[in-house]
Amino acid sequence: MLAISNLQRRFGGLLAVNDITLGIGAGELVSVIGPNGAGKTTLFNLVSGIDRPDAGRVVFEGADITGMAAQRLAEIGLARTFQHGRVFANLSVMDNVLIGGHVRLRAARPRVPGLGALAELLLAVIRPSAVRGEEAALRDEVRDIVAMFGDRLLPRLDHPAHSLSYANRRRVEIARALALRPKLLLLDEPTAGMNETETTEIQEIVASLKARGQTILLIEHKLGMVMRLSDRVLVMDGGRAIAEGKPQEVRNNPAVIEAYLGHQSTGQEAA
Amino acid sequence: MGTFIDYTVNGLVVGNIYALLAVGLALIFGVANLINFAHGSLYTVGAYIGWVCITQLHTPFWVTVPAVLIGSGGLGVAIERLALRPLHGTSRIAPLLATIGLSLVLDQVVQLVFTPNPRALPSPLPDWRFQVGGGSIGTLDLLILGVGIGSAALLFVFLRFTKLGWAVRATAQDIDAAKQMGVDTDRVNSTVFAIASALGGLSGMMVGMYYNSIDPGMSFDATLKGVVAQIIGGMGNVPGAIAGSLLLGLIESYGIALFGTSYRNLFAFVLLIGILILRPNGLFSAAKETPPEPMTGSFVARGKPIRIPMPGMVGIVAVAALLPLVAGDYVLQTGTNALLYGLLALSLTLVAGTVGMVSLGHAGLLAIGAYASSLLAIELHIPVIAAIGLAGLVTAVLGTALVFPAFRMRGHYVSIATLAIGQIVALVILNWNSLTRGPIGISGIPPLTIAGVPLYDAPQTYWFVLAVVTGLALLQARILSSHLGRTWRALRDDDVAARSHGVDVDRYKALAFAFGGFGAGIGGAVTAHLYSYINHETFNAQISVLALTIAILGGLGNISGALLGSALLVGLPEVFRGLAEYRMLIYGVVLLLLIRVRPQGLLGTV
Repeated sequence: MLAISNLQRRFGGLLAVNDITLGIGAGELVSVIGPNGAGKTTLFNLVSGIDRPDAGRVVFEGADITGMAAQRLAEIGLARTFQHGRVFANLSVMDNVLIGGHVRLRAARPRVPGLGALAELLLAVIRPSAVRGEEAALRDEVRDIVAMFGDRLLPRLDHPAHSLSYANRRRVEIARALALRPKLLLLDEPTAGMNETETTEIQEIVASLKARGQTILLIEHKLGMVMRLSDRVLVMDGGRAIAEGKPQEVRNNPAVIEAYLGHQSTGQEAA
Repeated sequence: MGTFIDYTVNGLVVGNIYALLAVGLALIFGVANLINFAHGSLYTVGAYIGWVCITQLHTPFWVTVPAVLIGSGGLGVAIERLALRPLHGTSRIAPLLATIGLSLVLDQVVQLVFTPNPRALPSPLPDWRFQVGGGSIGTLDLLILGVGIGSAALLFVFLRFTKLGWAVRATAQDIDAAKQMGVDTDRVNSTVFAIASALGGLSGMMVGMYYNSIDPGMSFDATLKGVVAQIIGGMGNVPGAIAGSLLLGLIESYGIALFGTSYRNLFAFVLLIGILILRPNGLFSAAKETPPEPMTGSFVARGKPIRIPMPGMVGIVAVAALLPLVAGDYVLQTGTNALLYGLLALSLTLVAGTVGMVSLGHAGLLAIGAYASSLLAIELHIPVIAAIGLAGLVTAVLGTALVFPAFRMRGHYVSIATLAIGQIVALVILNWNSLTRGPIGISGIPPLTIAGVPLYDAPQTYWFVLAVVTGLALLQARILSSHLGRTWRALRDDDVAARSHGVDVDRYKALAFAFGGFGAGIGGAVTAHLYSYINHETFNAQISVLALTIAILGGLGNISGALLGSALLVGLPEVFRGLAEYRMLIYGVVLLLLIRVRPQGLLGTV
C-alpha cells in the first residue's frame, strides 16, 4: 500500500533521514522504533506531507505522493496523529473529531469546478436535507468512534479540548484521525506520557483496529507494545535503518541492542 | 546632479530618523517579542517636550536634548512597568493590542493638552549650509546624521561590552534560559524600553525641527515607518533595522522625486508587503521561513461564552425596532451609527475571532464598499439599493484578493500586513484621480432610496440599517453553526493539524474574508449614502482600531458581542455628549482594561 524508497532529509549538515526504504502492505502494522533523535518523526513528517524530502520517493497505492501537501494526502486516505498532541484547543471533543471527517463531507462540499467554495457557502446557509443528513450521520459516527475509548471521552463530548487531561487529548487525536476513515493510519507515539493502564487501553484499541484490517504505521517507544502488535519493525538510529524484520528477529539483532543500550556486552546480557 | 545629491541627503536624513525609531522597535521586539504600536506616541511626546523646552521655557539646546531623552525614556519605562509587564504569560497578541490602546491614550492626551493644531518647532541651531558637489547640506542635517551614527555606535558598545548589554542580548535569545542564569529580565525590559523610548522621543524632536512643524497625529505614521524599516531589516535585528531604515528613507526620497509626495507612503507599504511575502525574515536573513510563533494566531481567551436565549434575542431586536417610537432624532442617528459600526464589527469578529487573523486594516473594506457604491450610483446611475448590494460583492472579491498574500502569515505578521493593506487602499484611493477623484473626494452621493423613495428622516434610516444588520447577523450565525464554523475555528486553533485533516486553509480563509468583506462593504456603502460625501480619510486606521476594540469588548467571534460592543462604545459616548471629546481616550482605556481584566470580552469568545 505504501512504498518508501531511499528517502532522505537533511537539516543543515545533519542527515535526519538517511536513505530509508520501507514498504507496508494492506492490513499490516509496521512499527518504527529507535532512540530519541533517530529521525522517526521526521520520517513521519515526510510521509504525511508536513515536510518535503530532499531525495527519494513515497508511493501510495501506486501513485507518487512525494512532497504532496498534507491536505491532499488527507483526501486520498492518509491520517496521522502528532507526537506532542495537536488538538483544536477551543473546539469541543465532538467538533475536534468532526474535523477528522471533513474530507468525507460530500454534500456540504460540492465538487463544482471554480465555484466550489461559493457553492459550499450557499449550501451552509440553505442547508438542504442532503447536507443535514450527512452531518447527522457523521455525528453518529463520531459517537461510535469515541465509544471505542469507553467512558473516557463519551461524557465529555461537549467539553472544549483544552479542559481535557493529556491522555484524553491524545485519545481525541486518535479518534479524529479515525473519523477520516484512513486507508493508512500514522500514529506518532500514541502512548507518550500515559501511565500503564492507559497504555494498555491504547494497545487494545490499536489491536482491535488491526483486527479490523486497518493498515497502521506506528512510532512507539514502549517496546512491549511494539513487539506484541507489529507485523514488522523498522529500527532507526542516526537517520539510518539499522534493522528491519519481524519483532523477534529485530529484538535479537546486535546492532539494535547496541543502539538502544550503548554497550554490546551489557546489551547481550539484557537480551 | 545637485538635485540628486539633495534627494540623497534628504533620504539619508529621513532614513536616520526612521533608524532611531526602528532600532528601538527592534530592541523591544528582541527582548519582549512585541511590536510596540505605542512607539510613535513616544516620538510625539518627545517632539512636544522639545517644543515646550524650546518655545516656552527657552532652554539652551544642551538642556533640551537631555530633557527629551529623560522625559520620553521615563514614559517608556512607565509603560513597560504598568501596562505591559502584567501581561506576561498571556497570549502573545495581548501586549500588542495593549500597545495599540496605549497609543490611543497617549495621542489623545497630547491632543487635549496641546490642541490638535500643528505647532512650529524652530531649530535653535545656526542656519549654515555647506555646498557639496552641487547640492547642499545644513547644520540640522548634520546633527541628525551625527545623532543617528552616534547612537548606533553607543548602542553597539552598550550591547557588546557592558554587562547589562549582555543581559539584553541573552534575554533576546532565550528569556527563560536568561532568567535561570540569574539575569534580571524585568530590569532588562525596563532598560530596553528606556533606551528605545528615549531614542524615539529624540527622533520626534528632530523631525519636528526638520519640518518645523509638529502635531499629535504624527505618531501613527512614525510607528508604521519604524515597523516597515524593521521588517525590511528583519524583526529584532538591530543592525538590520538601521540598514532597513536608510534604505526606506532613500527609496522614499527618490520615489518622491520621480512620482510626487502623495506616493510617499505607498512605497513604504508596498515594500512592506513584498518583504513579508518574499523574505519575511528581512533582507539580511537567508531563511525564507518565518520563525515559529506558536499560539499567536489566536487571541482567543478561554472561557464559556454567554449565550442569550432565543426569546431574549427576539426581545432585544423588538426593543431596538421600537426605539424610534420613543426616541428623538439625535438618539436615532447615534443608533444608526452604532449599527453601522456593528456591521463592521460583525465582519471583524468573524475574521479576527473565528478565523484568528487579527486584521488592523478593516476600515479599508469600508472604503472599498463606500467608493464602489457611490461610483456605481453616480457614474452608472444604478439604483442606490442595487449599488449597495453590488458594492458588497465588489468588496468581497477585492478584499479577499488584497488580503490573500497574508493568508500564509501568522500572528503579528498578519496584523502588520493587514494594517499595510488598509493603508494601501487609502493611498490608492488618494492617487487614482481618474476613478476616485483623488484628494477632492466624492460629493453629492445620492441618499438611501428604496423603490424610488428616498429615506430622509431618522427613523426610516434607522429601521433600514437595523434590518440590514439583523439580516447579516442571522446569516453569520447560521453559517457559524454549519461545518464552516468548526472548520474556521479549527484552522484558527492549529492550522497544521487542520491541514493534516484535509482542510484547505486558503479556501476557508478566503471564504471568511469574502463573507466578512461583503458585510463590511455593505456597511461602507450605506455609510457613504448617509454621509453624501466621502474621501480617502473618511475610513481611517482609527476606525480599524475601534472596530477591533469593539470586537474584543464583545468577545472575539461572538456575534451578539460585536453588536453589544458597538452599542456601548459608539452609542454611549454620543449619548453622554460631554464625553465626545474624550472618545479616543475612552477607547484606549477600554482596550487596556479589557486585555488586562477580561480578555474574553463581555459575552465571551466563541
